[in-house]
Amino acid sequence: MSLEAFIRQELSEKPILLMTHLVLGYPSLEENKKTLAAMVAAGVELIELQIPFSEPSADGPILVRANAQSLERGTKVEDCMEFAQELCREFPKTTFLFMTYYNILYKRGVSLFLEQAQAAGIKGLIIPDLPWEEAGEVIQGSKQRGLSNILIFTPTHQPNRLALLGAHSQGLVYCVGRRGVTGQKTDFSPALAAQIALYRQHTRLPLALGFGVAGKEDVDFLVGKADIAVIGTKLIQLHQEAGAQGVGAFLSELR
Amino acid sequence: MELRAKQGYFGEFGGMFIPEILHRTFLELIQAYEAARRDPSFWAEYKALMGSYSCRPTPITYAENLTRHFGGAKIYIKREDLNHTGAHKANNVMGQGLLVKRMGKTRVIAETGAGQHGVATATMAARFGLDCAIYMGKEDVERQRPNVFWMEKLGAKVISVTDGTQTLKDAINAAFRDWAGSMDNTHYVLGTACGPHPFPEMVTWLQSIISEESTSQMQALTSRYPDRIYACVGGGSNALGAFYYYLDQPQVELVAVEAGGKGLETHQHAARLACSDATIGVNGYKTYFLQDEDGQMKDTHSIAAGLDYVGVSPILSHLWKEKRVRFIAATDQEVMEAMKLLIQKEGIIPALESSHALAGAFREVGALAGDQVVLINLSGRGDKDIFTIADAFDDPAWEEFIIQKAELYQGRRKP
Repeated sequence: MSLEAFIRQELSEKPILLMTHLVLGYPSLEENKKTLAAMVAAGVELIELQIPFSEPSADGPILVRANAQSLERGTKVEDCMEFAQELCREFPKTTFLFMTYYNILYKRGVSLFLEQAQAAGIKGLIIPDLPWEEAGEVIQGSKQRGLSNILIFTPTHQPNRLALLGAHSQGLVYCVGRRGVTGQKTDFSPALAAQIALYRQHTRLPLALGFGVAGKEDVDFLVGKADIAVIGTKLIQLHQEAGAQGVGAFLSELR
Repeated sequence: MELRAKQGYFGEFGGMFIPEILHRTFLELIQAYEAARRDPSFWAEYKALMGSYSCRPTPITYAENLTRHFGGAKIYIKREDLNHTGAHKANNVMGQGLLVKRMGKTRVIAETGAGQHGVATATMAARFGLDCAIYMGKEDVERQRPNVFWMEKLGAKVISVTDGTQTLKDAINAAFRDWAGSMDNTHYVLGTACGPHPFPEMVTWLQSIISEESTSQMQALTSRYPDRIYACVGGGSNALGAFYYYLDQPQVELVAVEAGGKGLETHQHAARLACSDATIGVNGYKTYFLQDEDGQMKDTHSIAAGLDYVGVSPILSHLWKEKRVRFIAATDQEVMEAMKLLIQKEGIIPALESSHALAGAFREVGALAGDQVVLINLSGRGDKDIFTIADAFDDPAWEEFIIQKAELYQGRRKP
């Protein structure tokens, strides 16, 4: 099933979906596995697996450190591919996406990367430093393999850019609620609601709202406005404080 | 000849691999830059500013003693070391400052490795009345206290970056993160001819003032073009500025000297094009990077912090591939020898970065004929790097002086 079909199907039964995120190999693949099991048990529908990169320029300090520590432990792209395959088999009801930076695909060869991702059971890609203008090969290759290359809406975009990205994104559109990088606070306000409404006008795809979702109140706010709430940095902090169990407990309280 | 990108690319190198949040900011920057290029009053204003504030045109010195010493080609030196703040960095920074004024922004940010670009940017911000934040790897903050001292005195906020390897590339990432949130009032003064389009082209254009001057200066001095031009390459801005107006003169050989560190065979170096360790990758722009098989950037090494960088200007990658620029590398040891020789023979104290260009030239100049001419771009002066250079010389009297100074400060501390 395609990413979009999966989201539509889940949305027919639920007011909003949850998408979580973790950095592969941080603090370790074994700990990732426990956290992922807790996420799945808490009913999370979509999970972003971030393949670590040495220069994660769109990420805030917490994710930057997680990337660096994973690489210090020796995480390789090949390990991430194998681990992803294992996860997709073990948790067949959950949809997994890769999030990483373009050099990881480029160095491996875009075609080989997409082939391995597809074989592993990955449904989509989020590549924050690959703008639409440079994404031709990735978009084409994704289409051929039934993968979705997800583009990003931001509050600095003008309507013509939103329309372009809204038309070329695949599966869903990842919406950023504010300026800045991951892991900073977002103001869940009427202005944000208006921003999401503007995003909605420029695509027929489901909308995922990320960057700064930190609790049940934020998720409640998003119901009826966005289709998917993304929880990223918050979970790394929670994991540091309370482990996989803490992550699971937090997520099961969100809806 | 004009060095202009085609849709952001020079051959297969360059591009604009930026997060969507900065898309509009880059479009606005490209517009402001293109408008400045179309407007002849911009270049006139820029030259007038550099003439009244930064000792331009910088002179060319005939190195008579060195010429005699090597017994080969005549050696001329373009004195970018005489710029205000001590290096060619001032050219780029003051030019971008004029652009900031035209864009109506009120704050500038910059990355810095050794601190020269940070000091230059802080100087420009003070002169133009702009708020200023400088991102610097924690390791560099600790190594380069004198530059941090001056940046702070110039009114800049120096932010110590504790991510990653805590050096230049991490400072660049941190500056981009700042920009992703602050672009409405902030311009990022990128320090070299790297990064996403339009930075490589824009910085090269601002640095082209070096060869705009040197072509007519060399004509006046020698009535001809030089046979070879040598410049050091970190990101590549001083080399591109020194080469610019010679690119369409095929008889002028252009030689770029990279940091050979502890020797190319040790892999502890920052040579991207002078050896085969680097491969093509993408990190904001497409060029040769020192990276592993997964695309993770490696640690680099150079005695000169300003050359200690994983990537190289996409314009230089293109010119190298086109065989227009020849790349060689000089080791830390050769660089120290070259520096000593310039100090002793000509009474000029070069920066460690610029000493790479000297080392490259000194290796080859003796084999050239006496009627040939080489021009070395001396990108910066070294006296401001006295701590680093004294360490490199391992000077016992200096060490003793610092110990005594430390004891003096210790004595002043309240128990």
